[in-house]
Amino acid sequence: MPVITYRQALRDTLRAEMHRDENVFLMGEEIGVFEGSYKITEGLLKEFGERRVRDTPIAEEGFVGAAVGAAMLGLRPVVEIMTINFSLLALDQIVNHAAKIYGMFGGQNSVPMVIRTPGGGGQQLGATHSQNVELYYAFVPGLKVVAPSTPADAAALLRAAIRDDDPVLFLENLGLYNTKGEVPDEEVVGEIGRAAVVREGTDITLVGYSRMAMIATQVADRLAEEGISVEVVDLRSLRPLDRETIVNSVKKTGCAVVAEDDWLTYGIGAEIAASIQEGAFDYLDAPVRRVAMAEVPLPYAKPLENAALPSAESVTTVIYETLRAVGRRVG
Amino acid sequence: MSEIYMPRLSDTMEEGVISSWVKQVGDKVSVGDVLVEIETDKAVMEYEAYEDGYLVQQTVREGETVPIGAVIGVIADSPDAVPAAPEGGEGAEQKAEEPQQPAPAAQEAKEEQPTVPAPAAPAEQGGKPRPLSSPLARRLAREYGLDITKIQGSGPKGRVVRADVEAAAQQKREQEAAAPQPAAAKAPAPAAAPPQPEFEDLRASEEVPVTNIRRVIARRLTQAKQEIPHFYLRRRIDAEALREFRAQINEQLAPTGVKVSVNDLIVKAVATVLRDHPEVNSSWVDDKLLRHKRINVGIAVAVDTGLVVPVLHDADTLALSEVARRSRALVEKARDGKLSPQDMSGGTFSVSNLGMFGVESFSAVINPPEAAILAVGAMQQEPVVRDGEIVARHTIALELSVDHRAVDGAVGAAFLKDLAEVLESPMRIVL
Repeated sequence: MPVITYRQALRDTLRAEMHRDENVFLMGEEIGVFEGSYKITEGLLKEFGERRVRDTPIAEEGFVGAAVGAAMLGLRPVVEIMTINFSLLALDQIVNHAAKIYGMFGGQNSVPMVIRTPGGGGQQLGATHSQNVELYYAFVPGLKVVAPSTPADAAALLRAAIRDDDPVLFLENLGLYNTKGEVPDEEVVGEIGRAAVVREGTDITLVGYSRMAMIATQVADRLAEEGISVEVVDLRSLRPLDRETIVNSVKKTGCAVVAEDDWLTYGIGAEIAASIQEGAFDYLDAPVRRVAMAEVPLPYAKPLENAALPSAESVTTVIYETLRAVGRRVG
Repeated sequence: MSEIYMPRLSDTMEEGVISSWVKQVGDKVSVGDVLVEIETDKAVMEYEAYEDGYLVQQTVREGETVPIGAVIGVIADSPDAVPAAPEGGEGAEQKAEEPQQPAPAAQEAKEEQPTVPAPAAPAEQGGKPRPLSSPLARRLAREYGLDITKIQGSGPKGRVVRADVEAAAQQKREQEAAAPQPAAAKAPAPAAAPPQPEFEDLRASEEVPVTNIRRVIARRLTQAKQEIPHFYLRRRIDAEALREFRAQINEQLAPTGVKVSVNDLIVKAVATVLRDHPEVNSSWVDDKLLRHKRINVGIAVAVDTGLVVPVLHDADTLALSEVARRSRALVEKARDGKLSPQDMSGGTFSVSNLGMFGVESFSAVINPPEAAILAVGAMQQEPVVRDGEIVARHTIALELSVDHRAVDGAVGAAFLKDLAEVLESPMRIVL
């Protein structure tokens, strides 16, 4: 299997899907002539022309609304919002229109659109450009939210998102674009709503998604050297949420830590923790712990930014604390 | 601010003595610094800080003994922090228990009964807060039949966690294995003694390591045969209708992929008939006769490690296809060694089938505390007299082993008669 970057996996998949289905087209700021702020759409304007790779004004509500309309009329728009922070300008179109139309009009129209957008901090982009607000969308019935952490999952889930008849928010992460991984040559269509156990383990369950799923596998690999067997669950999909896989893992290990890049209070981890206690109460040997971002607007200064973000170290510390609470001598 | 707890520093440790405090109140501590020296049952060991901060309280003085999990000190971010009462209900409970002086209590318990873990909290019940325990620990304690209030917790604030329950269960198993059965104790010692190794080994024997499951089988079946006055009822049933019925059902079920075996039919028939014979669905335990409202049928399964009896709970309420599906799942779990204690608990009647080995009939040992077990032989053609003619018919031999303390002969016979009639008119299994 070829080893490519997350960025390359997205680009290859977009190109392949545009070849497969002529109804697939791209819209977004700077995606054509400039080839994308993060170069995901590099070469696509040249290859497919202006009709299918459309540069838009800096007007998120406008072009997301246009995509909703195009999708209702049978096209399959893939919109790039430069970062998830700017999606807030299109919140009404996403939450009140894209998510609601199928249900409000009795199933007469579906909205088969994809919004690709990266989240994440750690790039010194300041508080307004470094957020992880995928929760706002994961909260809304009618939307699907996927958050792949590997190049292979990025390709498989982007393919699934484009072919899905519902609006899908496809979460990318600035910290993942340059990561590399094997991507199968054959065309794999991912299953939206299915988490993956990416490391099997017996001592503790570590749940993550997007960048924190990558960190989670690194933590698991390092702790394996200390004889600690961490089972990593990569959520991959935030809505629908695969509670079964999480609960089954906790039934095996008896304790869990959730690693999330968003804020702790009301965050994705809160939902995971609630699901675990509902599904695996009699299997819990210790409270479910969460590792999340500090509850502040993310600082610009590098040392402060690093201190605010969850990291392999902070995840490891909480794993140690949880294992000590169940009688393991670790750390 | 976070509390430091008496750690478990060895597998057998139940309490520790603060040998000496290396850090004093007000000292700055960093991860890895030695905080305190703790004397266990084995040695004096150094205990390190797991976090940075300042030692603001030594809750336990040098020379004092406390159980595992008790708070021994407090670390805070600032040297001036005043340790408050612990937050939340858990802390409050612990506080309330402290005047009970857990240390001396644990010590006394240890002196009296060196192998029983000291109680996590004073044994008195009634209004007293229960000792802390994790949901997993409580479930395991239930399944092992252990009283969680008697288990010493090693988690935060003395919380009983899985490791503590597993340790207590192991201890219980060892005690039971060590304690001779009353009957065995009365037997003349020389007869019971195994051949001494120095004897010439004429049999060229080697000792095979005994698994836990084998030990449990040995103990329970010995107990069953020594304590339960078994009697046996035999009956051969005509299985022609049962064969036909099974073929019909499987034809119907073919699209669903479910296949009903003869054993499934027997299990379901047993459950159905038990409903009309509640006296057979009972247990004689400690001079008490318990009649069970639920009908949970155990299915004896031979696996590589020995015999296990997974239980089909509420078998009387399950559709036949569900009986087939669930028993297949249980058998698979049994073969993979994945049966949970729950899968094997709560049986009220067992079925053991050796028909697949060609066994014609056999007498099964009752699986205590159940009152009866049905032994099922092979389905085979026999010459049978019907309407004065000798004809070849498929038959199955059934043998019911019954605990005479709970069930009398006529009662057992009535059950077996009804069971035979249902199996011979198998439509009644599903009616």
